[in-house]
Amino acid sequence: MEALDFARLQFAVTSIYHFFFVPLSIGLALLVAIIETAYVRTGETVYKQMAKFWGKLLLINFAMGVVTGIVMEFQFGMNWSEYSRFVGDIFGAPLAVEALMAFFLESVFLGVWIFGWDKLPKAVHAGAMWMVALGATVSAYWILVANSFMQQPVGYKIGETGRAEMTDFFALITNPNVFVQLPHVIAASITTAAFFVLGISAFHILRKSQNSPLFLKSFQMAMVYAFIGVGLVILQGHDQAQHMVEVQPMKMAAAEALWDSEDPAVMSLFTIGDTKEREDVFAIRVPAVLSILAYNTTDAEVQGINDLQEQYEQEYGPGDYVPPVFITYWTFRIMVGAGFLMLFLVLIGLYLMFEGKIETRKRYLQALVLAIALPYIANAAGWILTEVGRIPWIVFGLQTVEEAVSPNVDTAMVLVSLIVFTLVYGVLMVADVYLLNKYAGQVPTEDEGDEPEGARQPTPPVDGALQGAYSGD
Amino acid sequence: MDVDLNTLWFTLIAILFIGFFVLEGFDYGVGILLPFLGKDDTDRRVIINTIGPIWDGNEVWVITAGGAMFAAFPEWYATMFSGFYLALVLMLLALIVRGVAFEFRSKDERPEWRRFWDWAIFFGSFVPALLWGVAVGNLVRGVPIDADMQYTGSFFDLLNPYALVGGLATLSLFTLHGALFLSLRTRDGIEERAHNAAVRAWLPTTILIVLFVVLSIFETDIFEQLGVNPGVSAFGGAIALLAAGWLIRDRQHGWAFAMTAAAIVLTVITVFRGLYPRVMVSSIDEDYSLTIYNASSSDYTLEVMTIIAVTFLPIVLLYQGWTYWVFRQRIGRDDVLEY
Repeated sequence: MEALDFARLQFAVTSIYHFFFVPLSIGLALLVAIIETAYVRTGETVYKQMAKFWGKLLLINFAMGVVTGIVMEFQFGMNWSEYSRFVGDIFGAPLAVEALMAFFLESVFLGVWIFGWDKLPKAVHAGAMWMVALGATVSAYWILVANSFMQQPVGYKIGETGRAEMTDFFALITNPNVFVQLPHVIAASITTAAFFVLGISAFHILRKSQNSPLFLKSFQMAMVYAFIGVGLVILQGHDQAQHMVEVQPMKMAAAEALWDSEDPAVMSLFTIGDTKEREDVFAIRVPAVLSILAYNTTDAEVQGINDLQEQYEQEYGPGDYVPPVFITYWTFRIMVGAGFLMLFLVLIGLYLMFEGKIETRKRYLQALVLAIALPYIANAAGWILTEVGRIPWIVFGLQTVEEAVSPNVDTAMVLVSLIVFTLVYGVLMVADVYLLNKYAGQVPTEDEGDEPEGARQPTPPVDGALQGAYSGD
Repeated sequence: MDVDLNTLWFTLIAILFIGFFVLEGFDYGVGILLPFLGKDDTDRRVIINTIGPIWDGNEVWVITAGGAMFAAFPEWYATMFSGFYLALVLMLLALIVRGVAFEFRSKDERPEWRRFWDWAIFFGSFVPALLWGVAVGNLVRGVPIDADMQYTGSFFDLLNPYALVGGLATLSLFTLHGALFLSLRTRDGIEERAHNAAVRAWLPTTILIVLFVVLSIFETDIFEQLGVNPGVSAFGGAIALLAAGWLIRDRQHGWAFAMTAAAIVLTVITVFRGLYPRVMVSSIDEDYSLTIYNASSSDYTLEVMTIIAVTFLPIVLLYQGWTYWVFRQRIGRDDVLEY
């Protein structure tokens, strides 16, 4: 292996790892903001306990997202300096704007939220979490603006120096790709947080932990949250796939292992293919469904790998334009499979909640504890599909991954950093999961967070709580 | 000076670094002093809590500066980040461990857990405080950059004596800055120990900064670059530092803190004015140096970014300033300690 391979591996490790924390931060910040707003409006202590309980888990997770994000920003210059030179004019702008508009917002207000419980009026304190949620969402938008340029370059020209130069900022920030990607990412984040809360709440309900109102209420809120999230993520995923067929047909062809163009195109349920010879060894395929998925009609051609390869050779010169079919095909199926499994779980959950006996459904609750992993699997698979499916391009049609790597960074250096980051990330992951596990298992007593040292106090009257500006509760 | 967009962005990046060094400077100092000024766990929690609500926001200054370098001077970003590769790996490692340590350390009761993360905070503050000075030293002294804007040196080329003096200078300056911050923000005896630390840190800081400035006259051309010789800003920085020494002894910690802040501001100004219009000096050939013109983005990008920066930077300053106001009280052992 050489520097290029290690640089790619490092990017894979650091970005998947980073995105392990990001969706939960985005989704949970929003949920905690909603919960705390419920506290401000009703004055019910259970909402405050919920905000504190889930907020603590959010903080543990958030720190990891922040520090791994710094690596992402530095990495473009360190390992991909030729890429940075080529697209800096365009790609640097959204990163800088992200820091200025969003990262400041979330970092500053998260600090206010952690330390401001007794210093700020209730509404202002809840507002701080809204600012964190806003910052996290805006942050996602700008990062996806940057990523969308790599998927679908817009608003640029190739300048005299051979670099890509921005010609239309508005086109860049309204890239059609952003508007299919952002809702998908936000919905996935909501789903991630919802299943996180569902799983932990289910665990406590199963264990008959004390303070059951906290977990029952969290469970109910998260179930609705999960329904919204998973519903949107699937609907939006459909739009995104259609957009992909349009602008990156090769990615879709690879994700479907569709070797030759077909009209109407079959959809693969299960394929074992020979990626060298580009043919199926064994396949179960459903006629015409891919055409319906891609164009909402049975009467449409979906381009296959071989035809696209030919077309790209004419357009960009000789070369291999086929992304790794095995990876794209299976990550696509893992993502979609996990998505539908989550939808299934949520529909059952809503039904059970409607029946009103959620506490007695042991099997279902146990399944939800395990289901915490599902959104994480889907998130990682989704990004692998998105990024690997673009190979050989780093910026679609403009620069290949090979051309992008730093020429003056040798193999040993990349290897050192790869090992260092992987080791440190591994250790931190252990510490993080240990802490999440510990805090997820700790039950706040019914009056915790309300009066110091657990003095049992009755819930304050609603009026008093609402007027409690600067109150020291 | 012609004020064109390139100069404007050079100035904006300088401002971002000034904000970063002034704010994160004391954060680093607090982290470095943590194991020495905190006698027991409660002390250490008080010390960490003084920067608890603000350190993350302070760190964003450098993330914004990095983003701004990428956006406005992509060649600078690409050359420096790929060139200073292993140094940056070390820096990132420190920043990762430090950021996580603040959040993790108090979430478990065991003494060895807390001790581990306390030293992680120390290490994570010490390393960047040193490396920033080394980086600045190398930027102004010049590093081997060829005609293709590629750094051709190695990691060890960065560890030359001049740059190391620079590193020690920032390390001690940030420690002093942090000690003064603690003397303003704590009570129950910690502020007294912080005062003593400031007294002890002042002399080495002054010697190192003066040594760095004197060496700069021989090792770099930054004083030839300045419009007004020998550089009002460098001179002002030295005066601020001397004033700080007198104010510390007079127990005027607020004013002393303002003076170390001023010393940091003036040092950064000296460096950036000395560099101008270059952003990285090539030690191979003056013509290979990266400048605000040959390293920059297109005028269009700079224009767009100017509008955004001018709109949002004041907003950031407003709400960040507000948090400093909210958390202005001294912290003592009987406070509710989050970290």
